[in-house]
Amino acid sequence: MTARYLEVVRAGALTTVQDLGRSGHAHLGVARAGALDEPAHRLANRLVGNPEHAATLETTVNGCAVRAGCPLLAAVTGAPCPVRVDGRPAAWGAPVYVPSGAVLELGRVTAGLRAYLALAGGVRSTPVLGSRSTDLLSGLGPGPLRDGERLPVGEPYGTPAAVDAAPCPGPPTELVVPLIPGPRADWFSPNALRILAAGGYTVSPASNRIGLRTEGPALPRARDGELPSEGMVLGAVQVPPDGRPVIFLADHPTTGGYPVIGVASQDSLAPAAQAAPGTPVRFVPVSRSGARAATAATAARCAASSSAAGDPAAR
Amino acid sequence: MTAPRPLLVGAHALLLELPTEEATEALHAELLRRRAAGELPPVREIVPGARTVLLDGLAEPEALADELTRSAVPPLPPREGSVVEIPVRYDGPDLSEVAALWQVPPDALPRVLDGIEFRVAFTGFAPGFGYLSGLPARYHTPRRATPRTSVPAGSVGLAGPYAGVYPRSSPGGWQIVGTTDATLWDPAREPAALLAPGAQVRFTRVGP
Repeated sequence: MTARYLEVVRAGALTTVQDLGRSGHAHLGVARAGALDEPAHRLANRLVGNPEHAATLETTVNGCAVRAGCPLLAAVTGAPCPVRVDGRPAAWGAPVYVPSGAVLELGRVTAGLRAYLALAGGVRSTPVLGSRSTDLLSGLGPGPLRDGERLPVGEPYGTPAAVDAAPCPGPPTELVVPLIPGPRADWFSPNALRILAAGGYTVSPASNRIGLRTEGPALPRARDGELPSEGMVLGAVQVPPDGRPVIFLADHPTTGGYPVIGVASQDSLAPAAQAAPGTPVRFVPVSRSGARAATAATAARCAASSSAAGDPAAR
Repeated sequence: MTAPRPLLVGAHALLLELPTEEATEALHAELLRRRAAGELPPVREIVPGARTVLLDGLAEPEALADELTRSAVPPLPPREGSVVEIPVRYDGPDLSEVAALWQVPPDALPRVLDGIEFRVAFTGFAPGFGYLSGLPARYHTPRRATPRTSVPAGSVGLAGPYAGVYPRSSPGGWQIVGTTDATLWDPAREPAALLAPGAQVRFTRVGP
């Protein structure tokens, strides 16, 4: 059997290997990691016939270029960007055939931040604690891609579905974040939730895979000091001493001592991954039951689009 | 024993808050026991903190919150089992300063630390970094006023009520009193972390 691989021609600003992340190791200080725009990652995999847990490449703003070391079927999703094969325009959001030796290039995004490149068979870097994901905070998994590096690609899982195009939500012009208040909302003065909901925030350029930082009014505290360190969840909106809320993303620390005023709905994390610096952010306090109903509705929509995109598991 | 105070976290997590470190340790041990015995609903993560235990990935956190706050936590059973021994060279750059804060001669500091039975209260900061509780109050140590930009892997440090060992080189503000060659974290090893929450730990002096 000939080796299946790709060679990195242009690594781009920050391109990492991502799958659905690590579970069950938070008590040892290991975050979940995994694709920040998970629906885009899952869709890219479906388009090339992979199971959704296969590893893809997550690019940041200026894409990447890879040379196929063997014939590859690829798909690009997430932030819209020009796709080229040996310089010729190719489809975004649909399967693309890349002959052996050809260069597949993802150009600069035209909106959003992160594009996902899936290859039939998946990127087969060595798994660490059950995942191939790069965790930038913990330094786990493969490092960010470097020019000239070779990455192994697995054997294709099967014939991918015949699809012309797949539905993808566009990057947000305003990031709306449904927020369930607590567990430490009482550490803030009573008007802090009103300030959050008033929408005076924008995405800070200091944001990364660890957290989406914001610029805007400082949230006034009712209590000073730090909490004894406590466990942190994905989507926690932590407020450091400067008062500007930070939404914890996939590579977040597992424990922390700054109070969490609320938790962002899981549905808002994919749009958060695509919200470019300067995008307005509006937090909308919601009830726990309201948030669950919204998540269930999204899951139903995804299931519908999954069968539209020919999920191999559904065939 | 007092029942934990439940705080709901988002749609699918529950934070249980306790008044003391001992109660936190007892609840954590009880939750691990219940999970192993199949007496806990499916949960993705059980993450202890200094005065809390977080349960993340629950289908119905409200139901578990109700149940857990109605039942008292059994007291912690007597500690048994193995003690993780960490060989330490007491050669850290902050040793004299810490000894002065403790009002002991510098050559007495290794004896003090070797004599303490530590326990991993919780982790964080980096994979495999355990916050080791057990320092008597008179040996609590403030962080350095200016954190170092780089602390070498294996550095043994003190901060507030905790001791800890840096699994890898990183910036840090802990007062460094020694060094170990023990590998705190190796993802290729099973288990990857030398120190997991609840583990008992002792430092043993090596070298001069």
